[in-house]
Amino acid sequence: MTASQPGQPVLSVRDLKVSTMGRRPAEILKGISFDIAPGETLCLVGESGSGKSVTSLVTMDLLPRGELQVTGGTAALNGEDIVSASPARTKALRGAEMAMIFQEPMTALNPVLTIGLQMDEIYRAHTKMRGPDRRSAALAAFDSVSLPDPARIYDSYPHQLSGGQRQRVMIAMALALKPKLLIADEPTTALDVTTQKQILQLIRKLQEEQNTAVLFITHDMGVVVDIADRVCVMRHGEVVETGTTGEVLSQPREQYTRDLLAAVPSLTPRRARAQERHEHVLELLEVEKVFEFRSFLSKLLRRPGHRVRAVKDVSFRLDRGRTLGIVGESGSGKSTVARCVLRLEDPTSGAILVNGHDIAPLEGQTALAPARRAVQMIFQDPNRSLNPRLTAGDSLIEGALNAGEPRAEALARAGELLEVVGLPRDALTRYPHQFSGGQRQRIAIARALMMSPDVIVADEAVSALDVSVQAQVLDLLAEVQARRNLAILFITHDLRVAAQICDDVMVMQRGEVVEFGPAGQVLSDPQHDYTRALLEAAPGRDWDFAKGRRITEPA
Amino acid sequence: MSQTQSLRKRLIETPPHWTTMLALAVLLAIVAMALFAPRIANFPPTELNAMMRLKPADGTYWMGTDSFGRDLYSRVIHGARVSLLVGAGVALGAILIGLPLGLLAGWFRGLDAVLMRAMDGLMAIPGILLAIAIVALTKAGLTTVIIAIMLPEIPQVVRLVRARVLATRSETFVEAAVLLGTSPMRIIWRHLLPSTIAPLIVQGTYVYASAILTEAALSFLGVGIGTETPTWGNIMAEGRLYFALNPWLVYWPAIVLSLCILSINLLGDALRDRLDPKMKGRS
Repeated sequence: MTASQPGQPVLSVRDLKVSTMGRRPAEILKGISFDIAPGETLCLVGESGSGKSVTSLVTMDLLPRGELQVTGGTAALNGEDIVSASPARTKALRGAEMAMIFQEPMTALNPVLTIGLQMDEIYRAHTKMRGPDRRSAALAAFDSVSLPDPARIYDSYPHQLSGGQRQRVMIAMALALKPKLLIADEPTTALDVTTQKQILQLIRKLQEEQNTAVLFITHDMGVVVDIADRVCVMRHGEVVETGTTGEVLSQPREQYTRDLLAAVPSLTPRRARAQERHEHVLELLEVEKVFEFRSFLSKLLRRPGHRVRAVKDVSFRLDRGRTLGIVGESGSGKSTVARCVLRLEDPTSGAILVNGHDIAPLEGQTALAPARRAVQMIFQDPNRSLNPRLTAGDSLIEGALNAGEPRAEALARAGELLEVVGLPRDALTRYPHQFSGGQRQRIAIARALMMSPDVIVADEAVSALDVSVQAQVLDLLAEVQARRNLAILFITHDLRVAAQICDDVMVMQRGEVVEFGPAGQVLSDPQHDYTRALLEAAPGRDWDFAKGRRITEPA
Repeated sequence: MSQTQSLRKRLIETPPHWTTMLALAVLLAIVAMALFAPRIANFPPTELNAMMRLKPADGTYWMGTDSFGRDLYSRVIHGARVSLLVGAGVALGAILIGLPLGLLAGWFRGLDAVLMRAMDGLMAIPGILLAIAIVALTKAGLTTVIIAIMLPEIPQVVRLVRARVLATRSETFVEAAVLLGTSPMRIIWRHLLPSTIAPLIVQGTYVYASAILTEAALSFLGVGIGTETPTWGNIMAEGRLYFALNPWLVYWPAIVLSLCILSINLLGDALRDRLDPKMKGRS
């Protein structure tokens, strides 16, 4: 072990190059350099494909064998080059000197072993501690990441913990041996905002206590504001700009950085739109959804099963041309409401009026046909919502063919719609994998528009997209809405997005509506504690990205 | 990534391993042997010659003769016809019946409960016992044997297809199709069926190989196709009685049978590695 000298960076990456292996190698990293000092947090930000995750994998010596290889440069941990070190040496360094936490803690933990056993393994592999010592060390580590009842956690299996608790366990494991360097790859992206805030605070606190250097990878500028000391903006495998957080965010030198920052939606709600006519296209009356889980035996004995009320007494009205946002964290029932509106789930009770007709009691595709036309959906992940085996054209005209429209006519209309969503007409004959994520989402929007719907339900429709693409897709939605006088039901966990596109906002918590009103009112003057907590947890809430300065007073 | 690549691309892109090429060559040789059996045989397979009983191999009788003085070489290459035919019949039949059942079971949950219990029942009976029972109850012939071997193979196919359908139906593009008003039958045809093709091709090769083996076992036990038609199984059954005198009566058909099964399984493994890269290296 090399003792770190004062002033020496914990991690020093110099001119690092990585390319794919195979006949046609492509450069993934084109010579990047950066340093992290002890106790410092460096944020690598960039959009998908920028090479930020590959950088972390090189540092951990975890590049997938046979796929990627380092072609040049060094990555020195306390002066010792990882790139040229033997696999045995890097294995010893991992855990002891450097550790990593991942985006999805469930997949990083072994589901069939207790948390305690997995923690024990770390001590067993790297220290000479005895059994009882290891156990007490583990309990102390769980305690330090503020996990409630460490002894219970020790005996639990991963699935018995919440997402936030699992991430805390991961952090406890990563920091168990007090590494000099912690690499966090999108550690809070899969978590709810309130949990995210706690995890970020926890990383900050532990870092200060142990003087750990943190390499934090994220795509979220808000998170950067909250956690970074210095920022390294990456694009296409190159470092675009490096500097302290204040410098980069308030005086970005490069156009790309400026574009990135400009694409971050503001938390301040946009000005309310005037509404001329009130014409309800969608109305929900006291909709309830109860999921019941009953074993075969209980069904036989007519015993009540385990009941979960996912949606409790939800009512709202949506007018033509307006956007209603449903915001809430995972498990709040916001998606279930959307799925009931679309009749992908059957509501347990209540009425769903589409253009004045109750669709809740209807059964079967034929009876639902008019409602299916009137209400269309845009899904979160455009990679999965388009059949990879069908061309864009075939996906687009599926609904029209079902409605009996001739193929040639439908294809012509699909071509026009592709132009409306900003894609060339010849995209009709291409397959989904030949498009980028943003383009795929455009196709998904065009597919919904093919049905000439009155309402579009967008379930986290921009959450899987990079910020710059996200802004473009939101603009497209707004444009389409204005042109066709569409009503949009926008389901999101992202208050920034909600603030920019919604006329009204409904906040849901545990299946209940806790606050409902005009977006300007709900988001700038929240009445309910939960809404306030959500707003407070929004990452980077005290930074004005448009003006590039800290917000001193609440707007 | 793998899903977006077309089937053709995955099959053709990289050159196969040499074992795969060898297996393919062996199998093609056996198929050619079966196709041209009457031309390349030295004698009609059923021609008796009392003078030439149990002769060792020589220039005229390349593999020797059996207890009736029939030419073993001619019988073995004719035996390939029955084996390959039974394999093809069973594999195609099992897929033709199992595929629609699996698709329906995967989509319609009510049907699933009933159908899958029936399949469990069928699977609970040992395949070869069921086959023996069916052949014993009816007249033994090529069709009966194919049906008898096919029946116990159907549940495997149904389960495979159903599992694929269950995995695919949770994809959001299937929900999107529901929202576009697509009827269940059309969803099955357009969105679910294509994802089952690749694993079915692979499963087909295994069914093919195991059918050939089962047919040989049935013939060996004397409940298969009658001895007037030579099959690898009944050649071995007859040769068994003279094993002490001339073990080659059993060895020759056994070697060809083993080579045939081995190459089909190797090809199946190679196909699986191509079509489903995640399964690579498992057995």
